[in-house]
Amino acid sequence: MTMSPQAQEALEVFTQAAGWEQRARLLMQWGERLEPLGDEQKVEANRVHGCESVVWLVAERQDEHWHFKAASDARMIRGLLALLLVRVQGLESQALRELDLNAWFEQLGLGRQLSPSRSNGLNAVLKRMSELA
Amino acid sequence: MFHASPWRSDFPAIAALQHQQQTYLDSAATTQKPHALIDAIGQYYAQGAANVHRAQHLPGSLATRAFEASREKVAQWLNASSAEQIVFTHGATSALNLLAYGLAEQFQPGDELVISAAEHHANLLPWQQLAKRRGLSLRVLPLEASGVVDLQAAAQIIGPRTRVLAVSQLSNVFGAWQPLSPLLALARAQGAITVVDGAQGVVHGRHDVEHMQCDFYVFSSHKLYGPDGVGVLYGRREALQKLAHWQFGGEMVHQADYQSASFHPAPLGHEAGTPPIASVIGLGATLDYLSGLDAKAVAEHEAALHAQLLAGLRARSGVQLLGAPQVALASFVVEGVHNADLAHLLTDQGVAVRAGHHCAMPLMKHLGLSGAIRVSLGLYNDSGDLQRFFDALDKALEILV
Repeated sequence: MTMSPQAQEALEVFTQAAGWEQRARLLMQWGERLEPLGDEQKVEANRVHGCESVVWLVAERQDEHWHFKAASDARMIRGLLALLLVRVQGLESQALRELDLNAWFEQLGLGRQLSPSRSNGLNAVLKRMSELA
Repeated sequence: MFHASPWRSDFPAIAALQHQQQTYLDSAATTQKPHALIDAIGQYYAQGAANVHRAQHLPGSLATRAFEASREKVAQWLNASSAEQIVFTHGATSALNLLAYGLAEQFQPGDELVISAAEHHANLLPWQQLAKRRGLSLRVLPLEASGVVDLQAAAQIIGPRTRVLAVSQLSNVFGAWQPLSPLLALARAQGAITVVDGAQGVVHGRHDVEHMQCDFYVFSSHKLYGPDGVGVLYGRREALQKLAHWQFGGEMVHQADYQSASFHPAPLGHEAGTPPIASVIGLGATLDYLSGLDAKAVAEHEAALHAQLLAGLRARSGVQLLGAPQVALASFVVEGVHNADLAHLLTDQGVAVRAGHHCAMPLMKHLGLSGAIRVSLGLYNDSGDLQRFFDALDKALEILV
């Protein structure tokens, strides 16, 4: 499946990261790239529960293309959200449903973040996203 | 100063975890297991499993004897006067649910159940739901800043309508011993039933239920270096008589007809169905192992490591301890750092600590925290484990701050 230039960039830098420390620093940097949410979007309806941190996910569809926004009060999850959004931004429902996001995080060297015992919320976000799409 | 644990090699998983670059500091969630227990369970299955209390054949009689021997060992461990006062359950949670259902008929609408604000979900939700079912009122004892119950407030709240006082002996968040003696006295003076949740407390030191004068004491085997799937409910004789049968089935039944049945008294009457036989036998082996340790040496080791943990945390700027931990564990937050971020980076470095709400959501909300990091110790931990934790903490804070 074709990848956006940003997703390709993410893949490049994360696969070249040497060890957990560099990956952590990269995650924090990528987290800063998230498009900010307005206060009116930080409402209960947009909350994703099942996370240790507070996570919001907003989905809009323009001409069949999905556009997501996400935010969190924790920095590592912000980074994970940014990496998720660069992969799914602009996709149509069909493409979104067919996308293997576990494989995406595996490719980035972050597969462990999706293990069932992790309560960082990434799993909950993916579940919400699949419900929306 | 380096504190080595002379018991470390008794727990094979510690070396296995270290081999996987994991430092285990989450013993308040569950503990690693000694060889003695692993051998006992292996032996039971290898030499012939059988159901207990029903078969006349030899394997059945051997299994029943080993199972009942564990009951004796638990009674001795708690200094209960008789093994008949020891009911095996599936964990501390199921023991507390047994109480909340089995005692329900003792209460009238308007009666009060009293717990403390420090309770984890297991000693909160069974009582909360009982209160809803029976129209009772659930009262919550406030805490002092140290994490212990405010006794002055308790004296106001525990009154003539109090029917149950259920409190934990040692908080799983604060690591603080509750003032059980004055608290239980307040409840006894009102004729209330007293329940002590020993899930954390039973692991540290020996506790004498006769001396404690509680009606009921519960704990989980898996936190006491025993197998999971088994818990213990101790009851004072008179208190056990108040406990109605709750779960029905084999083992607990005395005589059965299609339309009616009669049931055994405690303990068997509260052990419906096949119990976790191997786990109960394994718990007996763990207690044999623990009884063989020098209790004074264990207590000194735990105290020395705990002091080292507190000193290290206090030496780091921005670290705020929750309450005033006395033993076994410490929970903390770092100013300006999200506990989820800290947990993420500690996990990346192979440090197994607990992050989040510690199964005590109302308490965390009360403290105004979204969560905290908890470091908890077992008798196999040593100063090297703490050093690895502190190195990882420093590295994580260097990245995050």
